[in-house]
Amino acid sequence: MTANPKLFFDEMRGLTGSVLPHYAPYVDWLEKLPAEYLAQKRQEADVLFQRVGITFAVYGEEAGTERLIPFDIVPRIIPAADWQRLESGLAQRVRALNMFLRDIYNEQGILKDGIIPARKVLENAQYRSVMQGMRVPGDTYAHIAGVDVVRAGEGEFYVLEDNLRVPSGVSYMLENRKMMMRLFPEVFGRNEVAPIDHYPDLLLDTLRQVGPDSVSDPVVALLTPGSYNSAYFEHTCLAQQMGIELVEGQDLIVRDETVYMRTTRGPKRVDVIYRRVDDDFLDPHVFRPDSLLGVPGLFSAYKAGRVTLANAIGTGVADDKSMYPHVPEMIQYYLGEKPILNNVPTWQLRKKEDLHHVLDRLQELVVKEVHGSGGYGMLIGPTSTMAQRAEFRERILANPEKYIAQPTLALSTCPTFVESGVAPRHVDLRPFVLSGKEVRMVPGGLTRVAIKEGSLVVNSSQGGGTKDTWVLER
Amino acid sequence: MLSRTANDLYWMSRHTERAENTARMLDVTYRMSLLPYRMMAPGEKWAEPWALPLIITGLATSYYQRYSELSPENVLHFMVLDASNSNSIYASLQIARENARAQRGAITIEMWETLNQTWLEMRGKSFADITARGVSEFFEWVKDRSHLFRGITFGTMIRDEGYSFSRLGTFLERADNTARILDAKYHTLLPSVDDVGGAVDYYQWSALLRSVSAFSSYRKIYRDVITPLRVAELMILRDDVPRSLHHCMNAIYEILQALCDEDRLEPERLAGEIHAQLHYGKTERIFKVGLHEYLLAFLEEIGALNVELNKHFLVPTYA
Repeated sequence: MTANPKLFFDEMRGLTGSVLPHYAPYVDWLEKLPAEYLAQKRQEADVLFQRVGITFAVYGEEAGTERLIPFDIVPRIIPAADWQRLESGLAQRVRALNMFLRDIYNEQGILKDGIIPARKVLENAQYRSVMQGMRVPGDTYAHIAGVDVVRAGEGEFYVLEDNLRVPSGVSYMLENRKMMMRLFPEVFGRNEVAPIDHYPDLLLDTLRQVGPDSVSDPVVALLTPGSYNSAYFEHTCLAQQMGIELVEGQDLIVRDETVYMRTTRGPKRVDVIYRRVDDDFLDPHVFRPDSLLGVPGLFSAYKAGRVTLANAIGTGVADDKSMYPHVPEMIQYYLGEKPILNNVPTWQLRKKEDLHHVLDRLQELVVKEVHGSGGYGMLIGPTSTMAQRAEFRERILANPEKYIAQPTLALSTCPTFVESGVAPRHVDLRPFVLSGKEVRMVPGGLTRVAIKEGSLVVNSSQGGGTKDTWVLER
Repeated sequence: MLSRTANDLYWMSRHTERAENTARMLDVTYRMSLLPYRMMAPGEKWAEPWALPLIITGLATSYYQRYSELSPENVLHFMVLDASNSNSIYASLQIARENARAQRGAITIEMWETLNQTWLEMRGKSFADITARGVSEFFEWVKDRSHLFRGITFGTMIRDEGYSFSRLGTFLERADNTARILDAKYHTLLPSVDDVGGAVDYYQWSALLRSVSAFSSYRKIYRDVITPLRVAELMILRDDVPRSLHHCMNAIYEILQALCDEDRLEPERLAGEIHAQLHYGKTERIFKVGLHEYLLAFLEEIGALNVELNKHFLVPTYA
């Protein structure tokens, strides 16, 4: 178990190399295990995941291709104090983002006060003019937020991205914990790990809190694009655990601005839709007319306040990479508070001075597409080839406003079980923040890990894996 | 319950049952092909047992679009492994698993794990794997997986509408299959009256009984030689034989009596009508109408029942 202590903060060994106190009970247990034990357990986990069918579909491969996301059996451990700080920082951030969304779709104070250039919001591809002037229950837009967080330097937290549209991954968080408890029940006795399996209850409670005002006992359904969607497993898993119907667009109809599902007993009214379908596909009458995934007339029911959509339409404008640099200003503007969590310094290439600065330093920086996601359309300077940098330079110069750049963060590492044994690998964290009448979350989130040595890309579509995340109670 | 959920559960069970029936049919065919009666009357139609599965399933045309010759290897390949034949065991298990995958929330974990495991194992099998230890071993495996799934459904699933639709799928598919097997044997394979009653005939009828696991039941009930009349009685009218038409319709009618309400009466009425014909039917009358005509009419009626189920429960359209 060796990390390069000079370069990266290791969550088990810090910068100095000796095991930190919050990892001690685990390491003590780990070191007494026979050599073959972990390999055997990993194999067991693979068989179980395959049998239970926890898979994800890969875009660009043959339809219906399913793969397992590599699961790492070494947990990531976060001390209670670190989580408390992270939790309050996340709640603060998501509160401000929801206030921002309410503001820009109504009074637009933040634009009128010149804090954020109006053009940047109103001309953003994710801004939905149909939402202008419409109120949503409780003024909540992003009911479910998946905020990507990394640790760098000496372990400080940085927010990389706010995912406010249809963030996924929470089922892996839940399944990873179940798997760990099945594989290593004895180790949970030595550590006070905060439970997370009440997430579906919290989610259902949140969704029921934001039903239409006229409905006292709202019926909730989860809208999925269907069984070939990459996150379909998650949709079934959440619907089942919440005890709600998993519907596709074809299962819903709209009559008199009211949404019904087709059931074996005739039409049944739906009041809250936890939708895992993107804005563009929700209603062919209002958005993409070729969408087969949506429900014709859904927007009319939404606008009439007869159904709640979670998340609301048009939240993408707040999690866009071009809006990201402004989140600290939003926190200041709406809450009058100092941001608890750091933003990563970001250069916006539409600005001339930033553009020149970045083009001179491509080799040191990470360049991202403003609208990209999933680790696609990204240049990681330090590991790129000269040819890749030349190609990216061309692409940037052709459309500078489509790109932002950030310094390459020295991402923290976590011990991970790989071919050569337990070795440090880079990780990130996606906690899931729920907003209804209050802001709540379960401790931890989904830890993604770059299995390849030295790699900084944790996306599952790019060969990343996941591991269980333990927030200690004390 | 969502109509789409009901539909998926119905087809999940139908396809599992179909895989089992295909295995049964092919296993009998295989056993018949081992008998030495080819030598007794070469060139006779019944001497080509490998045509049987194609005739029963009505797939002869699509078979000959793909293969020029009738051979055991080709028929096995077509009916077991051919993914493009939607009635092959491979395709049936795949579709059953897809239906289950789409409805994981509506079934138990055990049901899902069984169908998923069956599919994963099926996907890994080559022609060589299937024939390595004799095809019968493979067919036993298919039957075992189907028995397991049915048992797990029976033993774990909550008795809600989903369970009812799953059971409807099982029994409608089984009734359809029993009627087809009976029809193929009686009408197609033995067109000449002279053939009836010979040694070959005996083997074929006993093979048919074995294919529906009813050989020992026959012995127990009749304690006498196998005659077409009694086989027809056993497989059509006796309600104590689990794969008979009467038994299947008992189950279907009972489920629909519970499922249908005032707004949805037609499926129950139609099932009741089909059931009554079996419940009060007589073998003599069936043979007077002609067994083939009788079975054809039955297949049409359960086809109509399927249409009514779609209309009222599974794929409803609202005005």
